[in-house]
This record gives sequence, C-alpha cells and structure tokens, in this order.
Amino acid sequence: MLSRVAERMYWIGRYLERAENTARLVNVNASLVLDLPRIVKYIWSGMISICGSSDLFFTKYEKSDERNVIKFMLADESNPGSIVYSIRMARENARTTREIMPSEAWELINEFHLFVKQHVNSSLKRDAQNEFLDSITSFCHQITGLLFGNMSHGEAYSFIRIGSNLERADMTTRIVDVGCMNLLRRREDIPETLDNILWMNVLHSLSAYQMYKQHVRDKVNSKDVVAFLMKDQQFPRAVAHCLTELNNCVLPMPKNDQTLRSVTRVQRIIAEIDVARLLENNLHEFIDELQIDLADIHTQVSHTWFGYSPQETAERQV
Amino acid sequence: MNLKDYKINGYYDELLTPRLQARSSAGRLIKYLKKISYEEVMKRKHAADLAIKTMGITFTVYSESGNIDREWPYDIIPRIIPLREWKRIEKGLQQRLTALNHFINDVYNEQKIIKDKKFPKNLLKTSKNFREQCRNIKPVFGVWAHLCGSDLVRDSDGTIYVLEDNLRVPSGVSYMLENRKVTKRVFPELFEDYNIMPMGDYPNHLFDVLSSISPRPMDYPEVVVLTPGIYNSAYFEHAFLAQQMGAELVEGSDLVVADDDCVYMKTIKGLSRVDVIYRRIDDLFLDPEIFNPGSLLGVPGLIRAWKKGNVALANAPGAGVADDKVVYTFVPEMIRYYLDEDPILPNVPSFSCEDVKQRDHVLANLENLVVKPANESGGYGLLVGPHSTRKQRAEMARLVKARPRNYIAQPVISLSTVPTLCENNIEPRHVDLRPFTLQSDRTYVTAGGLTRVALIRGSLVVNSSQGGGSKDTWVVMPDKE
Repeated sequence: MLSRVAERMYWIGRYLERAENTARLVNVNASLVLDLPRIVKYIWSGMISICGSSDLFFTKYEKSDERNVIKFMLADESNPGSIVYSIRMARENARTTREIMPSEAWELINEFHLFVKQHVNSSLKRDAQNEFLDSITSFCHQITGLLFGNMSHGEAYSFIRIGSNLERADMTTRIVDVGCMNLLRRREDIPETLDNILWMNVLHSLSAYQMYKQHVRDKVNSKDVVAFLMKDQQFPRAVAHCLTELNNCVLPMPKNDQTLRSVTRVQRIIAEIDVARLLENNLHEFIDELQIDLADIHTQVSHTWFGYSPQETAERQV
Repeated sequence: MNLKDYKINGYYDELLTPRLQARSSAGRLIKYLKKISYEEVMKRKHAADLAIKTMGITFTVYSESGNIDREWPYDIIPRIIPLREWKRIEKGLQQRLTALNHFINDVYNEQKIIKDKKFPKNLLKTSKNFREQCRNIKPVFGVWAHLCGSDLVRDSDGTIYVLEDNLRVPSGVSYMLENRKVTKRVFPELFEDYNIMPMGDYPNHLFDVLSSISPRPMDYPEVVVLTPGIYNSAYFEHAFLAQQMGAELVEGSDLVVADDDCVYMKTIKGLSRVDVIYRRIDDLFLDPEIFNPGSLLGVPGLIRAWKKGNVALANAPGAGVADDKVVYTFVPEMIRYYLDEDPILPNVPSFSCEDVKQRDHVLANLENLVVKPANESGGYGLLVGPHSTRKQRAEMARLVKARPRNYIAQPVISLSTVPTLCENNIEPRHVDLRPFTLQSDRTYVTAGGLTRVALIRGSLVVNSSQGGGSKDTWVVMPDKE
C-alpha cells in the first residue's frame, strides 16, 4: 500500500470522526442551554476550549456567544474542527483515493459533502439545527457501516480505523477535561445539585448515558463518569477501548515496533489511573499530558508509515 | 415528445432519415421518445443529473479564477450504431493502430519507410513529438502505442472519416463507461428491448494489455496508473481506471528509481517494485533527467529504467510522433506500405501547409476550411473558417505563414447529428465518436465509444473543455421487422 494513500485513509478516518464529534457536542450543549440558562456563557466558551481552538476563535470573533460559536463550529471554513472543514477534507482525501475504497463509499462521502454545503448555513438557526446535526451523525454512521460491511478489513481499512480511534480518544479526553474545568470553576456560584446535570450532559455528548447506566448502575457522579469514560474496555468511545482498537490495528502492520510501544505506554497509563485522587488534585494537568501522549502516537504513525520524502525512504531502505 | 419540428437541415442524422423516419436500429428508441411526455423526459433528465452528481463524475476546467471541478455534461438520448456498420469500423481501427505501431517502431529503428521514400525525412526532424532519446529501442511486441483514442466523424453523405489518432494520453474512456451506467439507471426499460453490446469489461482488457508488456513475466505484475495529480482535468478518469483495474494510482512523488535502475513505489512496507506504468503524463514531464528539468510531476531516472527494459511504459515515450496532424496525412500510405492492405476507414482529405502549393490553396480559402495546429489537443488553437471573423482569419494566416509545418487544413466536415434534449424540445446537435483501441500481442476495440456532442446549436466543437457534452453510444443488433 502506498504511503501517500495510507496517510489519506488515516485522515478520512480522523475527519469523519471529528465531524461526528463536533455534531454531538453542539447538539448536546444546545439542549443543555435549555436546562441551565444561568451558565450559558460557560457552555459556549467551554465548547471552544474543548476543541483547543480558543486562540483561533478569538482572532476572528469578539464574543463567544451562541451565534458566533455555532457558526465557528459548523460553518467556519477556516476552523479545522468545523463540520464544513472536516467534511470537505474527508471528501478531498476520499477523492484522491477513490480507487481504494468501495465506490459506494465515495458516492456517500460525496453526497455528504453536498448535503453539508447545501444546508450548513440554514442550520445556524436554532429551529433547523437539531435536524442538521442528526443528519451529520447519521451520515457518519452510514459511512462507518458501509466501510465495515463492504471494505476489505486490510491495511487501508486499518488506517481509517487508526485515524478514527485516535481522534475519538482525543475528543473523549477533551470532553472529560472541560466537564471538570467547568465544575471546578463554578463551585462558588452554582448549586452542587446541578453537577449531576452537567455530568449527564457529558455522557450524552458521547452517547454514553445509556451505556453508563447499564454498566455502572449507580447514579451519575463525577468519579464514576470519569472512570467510565477513561477506563471502560467495552464502551466504544471510552479512551481505554479506543486504545485497544488502536493496538489491534497496529499489531498486524509492518514496522510497527515504535508505534506499538507508544500505544501500549498510554494503555498502561490509563489502566493505572486513580480517578478519585485525580479529581481531588490535578485531573486537568493529567489530561493535558495524556493529550500530548496521544499526539505522540500520531507522530509515530505518520513517521513510520506516511513519511515518503526521498531522503527518508532511502534511509529506511538501508 | 413531438419530433415533427425536428430539422435535419441536410445533415446526416444518426437516428432519423431525412424524412424523419427512424433508422433501422433506432426504431424502438424513437417510438419510445415519441410516446413519453415532456414531463417524463425531464424527470429522467433530472434523475440522470442527480446520478452524475452523487457518483461524482466530474472533469476539471482550467480557468483564470482557478480550477473548477464540474459535473460531467451528459445528454440522456443515446446514439445508436448498427452492429454491422460497427464491425467494419472495428476492423478499420484495428488496421489503423497496427499500421501506426509499425510506423512508430520503424522510425525509431530502421526507418525503412523513409529509405523507401514513402515518408519525407524532414517531417521527422521537425516533428515536435519525435524523441531522439528513443532511437533504437524495441518495446515488447514492437508496440509503442498500447492505447489509442480515435476521433471519428460522419459527413453528410454518411461516410465515416478518421479525424485524429490520439496516441499520447487519450482520455474519455471512463466517461464512456459511466455514461452507460447512468443510461441504465435512467432508461432501464430500453435495455430490455434492445440487444446492446456491453462495454463494461474495458478495464479488464486494459489490465490484460498492460500485464502482457511486463518486463517480468508474472501472473499479476505490479501495474500502476501514473497521474499528474488531482488538478489534472482527467484526474477522475485516472482514479476510475486504477480502481477498476485494482491497480495503484500513483503520483510522481510516489515513485523512485533506485541504483539498480528499477522503478519502485513507496509503500508502508518500504519500497516495492513496479513493472508496468500506465502513464497519464505527457512525455516531456515524465523524467526531469531527460526532458523538462523543471517537472515535478515525473520521476527522475524513469527513462533510464525504461530503456534498460526494467519497466514498461504505456504508451511508450515517443509514441506521440504518430499523433501529429501532418503525420496523420500519411496514415493511409502507412497502411498500404506496412500491411499491404487498402485502408478501411478513410482520412479526412487534408492540406499540409508545409507544401507551398497546398499552403497557397489554404490561405486563399481560409473561410471554407478548418485549420488545425499539428500538435495541439482539446480543440485549442483551431480555426473553423465558416464561423470565424476576419480578424481571426488574418491571425491564422500570419501563424500559418510563420510556421507552415505546424498547420494542416481540412474541408469543414458537416458533422452528423443526433436528437438531443434541449431546453424545451428535442433538437439535432452535432456529434463525433471516440472509440478506444488497445494493442499488445492482441488488439481490442471498445464496442462503441464516447460520443461527444456540441451542445450549442450549430456548433461543431465537441470538446468538453469548450462546452461539449456527451452521450451514451449503443452498438445494437438491428430491430427485427
């Protein structure tokens, strides 16, 4: 498999996952606003910081109000986390690798792109937003399902999955992070009873509420939610699960030594988390470091399989 | 739909006789078109437009404001060719490509045709596409042009002429295949009535031909499609063919020529040997070591690897020597010389501006002739006399006088027409036909080809880059009486 193609597969996985995550995030926060009118301002700026794009946002907009944030997250072509941007890039990568994926997948991604282009501006209004975002997640599910069912589960497919699992793990850590930041920051002016609503919101944004209830049974509380989202092996959006998937994808790859080391190292870190202690002390710093570790896996993946400058290739041949 | 107002205007119509009767193989289609309502036709048209959009069938148009990825223009009414007539065309195309390959192999080796005075030596010297670097090379089977896209046109008397042989990187075959898929979606009921020759197996034939020229004899040699990249107007086609053949689609930067003078592609496992390159890059960009040193599209050392016989290139570099409109005028002679046969398909009578007498005739009759540059493609640099302004003709006269070797002229062929869905009704539009021929140790011709249609009323320019559209082309058994 060509290095260039592997790289594009990987980014298809990442961008589709990113679009889905963004859609979920906006959707759930928009409904949270209705529950917690008093903390609206935290919610919208929180969303920007989840995505790590506060700097970019404030170079373009003055206020982090609903209108600006929604526009930034859905329709801003210059924001690499926006739905418009993600789908455009997913399509661009698919367009340049059409020969690799089943042609239905390309048709679907292309249709997805047309859909987003056509509807994104009208979706900025509240009344059309929900339906639009549901369509985004539904398109993503269709594509994931189509690839799962119709594409050979070989190297190309593995690169898509490496991309989507890495993106997903990263997003889950960000959502947990912001959940905690909001809690810590708001302790003084928000009654503690609202914490539960906030954690429910965190679970919902990952479609994790139902699974959490089935699995944990206890009422929603910060310790159990964080543990579930970090350490659960069965829930697909939990960090531990994503890492196991990554491990499975990397295992049959050629030259996987370094990447496998990076993945297993993060797996070990997650396994050894003491959630209660982290919540007391430095969860935020911990997650910062975790994100650096995930970024390191990305670097390792692209260095091992995507690097194709003549010089590098020559080195590797030796 | 009403065809009563359809105006034949003295042209040859592919589906209707001058008295507006259906031609023998078009009976059922015409009957069907007359039967269905305008609303129904529009419904089908929209279905087709949607299919093209979602299937992502596009081509890229270069413009000043950047490159635009446009949906492929397609007209829903197919063009029909009776099988019997097609058989003759098929033979003619096989004959022609065989002779062309003899010619190319000859001019790069013994040059017998020149020694026997059947082809002027100076034409070779002044040919833009003759590559001195390719002298004394003998590709497998003596075949240089493994793929050829021939442009055929029909004059008002019904004669089919060969207008051009495209031997460099002919494109359009993917659109031919996709047009068929779209028509099947739009008019499934007609496929039940008609006995239409299928053409979907083209990619298999292409793969067979490419495999057969592999330097390493193997069941499945590593065949790749080399594309200039996503900004090329035919990128869609490159991806399509790679996908259909199960071959890697590579860009120049994916390939490297190693110290052993073999070509490798950069994969996730490391370097992997490449046997056959179906290249969709012009000669001059293939190898910066030999040709255009500024080319970023090519692969340094590629020609070295090819000359050593470590990799096969299709078409071979230099094959374009026969894709020169002045050389074209000699093809009937080549057929007689190499094959000792009479040409089955005639050339359009042509004037070579190189010759003083012929040039004077051309200059005196510019407004009645089509003047073409010898080495352009895509309809660029063309003068259609009857549709030109005085200023355009003066400019062309200047160009012809300055570089006579670069121009040929032909009488205006009154291209045949096919009923085409226009804004409110069905009107005749001019068409040509581009069948595709493959050759290695065997020769294969697509059943039909890509019918290109000039969508503007009265226009004779069918190139998609200049407002042309396309139609599905059916080779059919005639209707039973």
